[in-house]
Amino acid sequence: MSTALSPSALASAPTPAARPGPWLAAWRRLRRRRAAMWGLGVVLMFTLMALLAPWLGLQDPIATSWGSIRKAPSAAHWFGTDEIGRDVFARVVWGTQASLLAGVVSVSISLLIGVPLGLLAGFVGGWVDMVIARITDAFLACPFLILAIALAAFLGPSLSNAMMAIGISAAPIFVRLTRGQVMQVKVEDYIEAARAVGNPPWRIALRHVLPNTLPPILVQATLAIASAVIAEASLSFLGLGQQPPAPSWGSMLNTAKNYVEQAPWMAIWPGASIFLLVLSFNILGDGLRDALDPRQR
Amino acid sequence: MKKTVSLALLGTCLALSAASASAQTLRIGLAEDPDVLDPTLARSFVGRIVFSSLCDKLFDVDEKLNIVPQLATGHEWSADNKSLTLKIRTGVTFHDGEKLDAAAVKFNIDRHKNLPGSSRRGELAPVSSVDVVDAQTVRLNLSSPFSPLLAQLTDRAGMMVSPKAAQAAGDKFGTAPVCSGPFKFVERVAQDRIVLEKYAGYWNKAAVHFDKVTYTPIPDATVRLANLKSGQLDFIERVATNDMEKLQADKKFKTTRITEIGYQGITINIGKSDRAKNNPLGRDARVREAFELSLDRQGLAQVVMDNEATVGNQWVAPTNPYYAKNMPMPKRDIEKARALLKQAGVTNPSFTLMTPTTSDAQRMALVIQAMTRDAGFDVKIQSTEFATSLNLADKGDFDAYALAWSGRPDPDGNLYSFHACKQPLNYAGYCSAETDALINQSRTVRDPAQRKKLFEQIAAQVLKERPVIYLYHRNWLWAYNGKLSGVRQIPDGLLRVTGLKMAP
Amino acid sequence: MFAFLLRRLASLLPTLILVSMLIFGLQQLLPGDPAKILAGEDQDPQVIAYLQAKLHLDEPLPVRYGYWVWGVLQGDLGESVRTQLPVLDLILQKLPVTLELAVLAFLVAVLIGIPAGVVSAVARGSAWDHGANLFALWGLSTPNFWLGILLIMLFSVQLGWLPASGYVSPFEDLAGNLAAMAMPAFVLGNAIAAVLMRHTRSAMLQVMSSDYVRTARAKGLSERAVVIKHALRNALTPIITLGALELGTLLSGAVLTEQVFTIPGFGKLIVDAVFNRDYAVVQGVVLFTATTYILLNLLADLAYFWVNPRLRR
Repeated sequence: MSTALSPSALASAPTPAARPGPWLAAWRRLRRRRAAMWGLGVVLMFTLMALLAPWLGLQDPIATSWGSIRKAPSAAHWFGTDEIGRDVFARVVWGTQASLLAGVVSVSISLLIGVPLGLLAGFVGGWVDMVIARITDAFLACPFLILAIALAAFLGPSLSNAMMAIGISAAPIFVRLTRGQVMQVKVEDYIEAARAVGNPPWRIALRHVLPNTLPPILVQATLAIASAVIAEASLSFLGLGQQPPAPSWGSMLNTAKNYVEQAPWMAIWPGASIFLLVLSFNILGDGLRDALDPRQR
Repeated sequence: MKKTVSLALLGTCLALSAASASAQTLRIGLAEDPDVLDPTLARSFVGRIVFSSLCDKLFDVDEKLNIVPQLATGHEWSADNKSLTLKIRTGVTFHDGEKLDAAAVKFNIDRHKNLPGSSRRGELAPVSSVDVVDAQTVRLNLSSPFSPLLAQLTDRAGMMVSPKAAQAAGDKFGTAPVCSGPFKFVERVAQDRIVLEKYAGYWNKAAVHFDKVTYTPIPDATVRLANLKSGQLDFIERVATNDMEKLQADKKFKTTRITEIGYQGITINIGKSDRAKNNPLGRDARVREAFELSLDRQGLAQVVMDNEATVGNQWVAPTNPYYAKNMPMPKRDIEKARALLKQAGVTNPSFTLMTPTTSDAQRMALVIQAMTRDAGFDVKIQSTEFATSLNLADKGDFDAYALAWSGRPDPDGNLYSFHACKQPLNYAGYCSAETDALINQSRTVRDPAQRKKLFEQIAAQVLKERPVIYLYHRNWLWAYNGKLSGVRQIPDGLLRVTGLKMAP
Repeated sequence: MFAFLLRRLASLLPTLILVSMLIFGLQQLLPGDPAKILAGEDQDPQVIAYLQAKLHLDEPLPVRYGYWVWGVLQGDLGESVRTQLPVLDLILQKLPVTLELAVLAFLVAVLIGIPAGVVSAVARGSAWDHGANLFALWGLSTPNFWLGILLIMLFSVQLGWLPASGYVSPFEDLAGNLAAMAMPAFVLGNAIAAVLMRHTRSAMLQVMSSDYVRTARAKGLSERAVVIKHALRNALTPIITLGALELGTLLSGAVLTEQVFTIPGFGKLIVDAVFNRDYAVVQGVVLFTATTYILLNLLADLAYFWVNPRLRR
């Protein structure tokens, strides 16, 4: 879809196809925003941490040590130790995997289910809209955590099943959000124009309507990553998520809340990590939203 | 001048008397919300805490687990041990004013046995009929001698409810119970509070120093403690083990620790299903012995429970008079464990430990995993929520299960349901005709010395097979307002409200 | 317009039926036998058999569903098998609590979130923007239970300003009620404020660069009029969508917050009922909250029309 910039391309008749493709242009715009790049950098750092954890020369994250229970941060243990003597720093690094997956995969599942359905419902209207909207309403009317618990309990306790459960339970929100946006956008003038020019409906939906509905979806997606990470914590607290002794930031926070006074470091580091991850995804999301919006230059 | 002084004096006197007459409420924090408040139907431990203020029982236990009178002032066994005659205390009334006499006792025992859904049927199974001898005497006739009967009557099976109210309410009795304890039921808001107020007609009202008692369920231990510290509660049960140190140093509060009558153990599937045959742990007693030998019980108690537990290897604690001294607790011995495994032909046995999702159980599983690795065991932890784990245990779909038991005053309560063939809590699937015979004998014999001998024989049999590896007996940890006095340390973990006094 | 309203109200019933079937089905998926879990510690086989008969567990799924629907039609939502308390009573007892908490939390969210989002969009790139963003995201990425415990430690234990937990009816003691609700409402509202703030900011940014805003500016309108009268009104669609969603979620109870602050609302009731396999409670409460939620959505849809006249076609 994108063509490289070259003098010959520019020299020829300026048909839309000869201009730099929208994705490349978006990437260029993204690159210019410092904050977004910072966000991207942090996300990449976390991703690398998750991938390279086994080779970083860390202490064993599941090795218990009964002599050093709840020890404050020191040279031997940079982030201190937890309630059964495990190194918190190693657990935070290893836990990146679970938390990153919980956040990203769950939200991806939600998007993959929610956005197409919402687009369909909002754009086509009529019976299709009614059926999809009713089913979505039914799902949304059930408390999210209950849905997630029921699904996770049914699928079996594991991180991947927890992600499925969270993803499915959060999808209806995206259906509703997309549908609302689509309903608003499809009555805009430029859509009228596109229709008047003779574009087939599917083209209008995908090329004109969808990109203009993306901003709030992107925002919600980045927000959803935060709640997905925390939902994973609730599920692992209930025995339905990441199985011990494998670490995840959320479950570390769960355990740490019982030791707030005696060992605050057990909570500070996972809590800070969640915050940092959520922050960077949101800043990145902002940047993406700006970069993809054709009116933002 | 004189007038003002005397007026001031009068005013102060009135104020003081008003202060002492003003409603004193005892606010108790519970770790869970109780289930139905009907002694016949109730099935939870935490409900018993509320019952100890609401419903008096025939007998009670004291700090040494001796059986003492409460509603029944005396008892006598017949010569053949097949009937128990009870003398009922005079002058006792129910909260609705009805008299508590032998007829009422008969009504209650019959209700415990016959009400649909009654949880007391198994506890009173050997009782075949109840006779009213006279207004203050009742006789329980047994189909066969049953020595744990008196102990059963110190719990819900011995609680008496008003026959009139029970008949009127039918199966809705639990929503507004009418009993004969020191406090009567006022209201209950599910998961919020249970409010009881002083019963003016209580037979021992001199010992009751509060006008109201409220029970508030607060499941999170940290929050429960915060409520105590901020002054919203006067008493909390089940303090988190790691909070005890700081609390003990705080002069504003008092703490209590009592060793429970229950235990924490690991139940191993040795015959509940075919799965036992496929796993070395379930198949071979030597592997189980190696497992036990690779555990450091004291270390476990220290790391998992911050030393708030007494280590043990039997269904009763080493301090219990019925502890079988012929089967002492083995010390950790990795060499022997490895040797045993070699003998059994499995050097790296692997199995799944089904673990409840509570943080204590999780911690314990992790430490066990680490400890036993030294001998070559590969323990996989399977976090299972309670409902699912019950299901799996019942089907025998597990290798090992980290199960705790709240305990009963009579050792039979910790033994029979677990190690007699085909009993509901015998998840291990242990079944031995010899052991069954010994257990049945221990239930019919009344002489403590004889029973002790029998328990020693049972221990020798059961502990050799190791269907359950007993780890430790946890401490009941209570914390309360320093001004509260009269707290009795009774090993069943229930707070008795009579005798409690709050200093001004 | 009326036709739309009638159509939506007519679809209320099928949606509710769908919800009840969904939650009923989900509960049956849960592993474990409810009779066993309700039978308590002793696992007496007679008690288990009694409970199985009482819950009709031996009968097929559609029959069980039928029993339940029949009861609902007669106004009987069943009773909690664990405590024997009628479900309808439980709902009525907890409704005012959840309602109050939801409304207070929503107020907190709206009063913090929307202005913060507007300011953030208008003063884009400035310290205000960054500060508001950080605050919002901090609120969002801190789990409820964690924030709650920290607040309790500070305001109840250390300072003694607010009660650590519990609930007092506003009719009994208004000051006490608000004191008890302050922290939970803040904790809940905090996270939602973040969501509202982010969406408001995003929608405002999108709208502020649109043609009609440019026109309004060109016409010489004050910045304030531009922002509030033109930009905000047109940015409202996603805000309304999410607001309704969040309020609906709040009304189903905030599980973790209620747990930490011991507020006797729906959230804790439902979760405990799920783990205790107390089916009747889950069914009854979810049916109730679902109805509220659907009605709220209807209001939100009506609000779309009010905000964006072009949709009235």
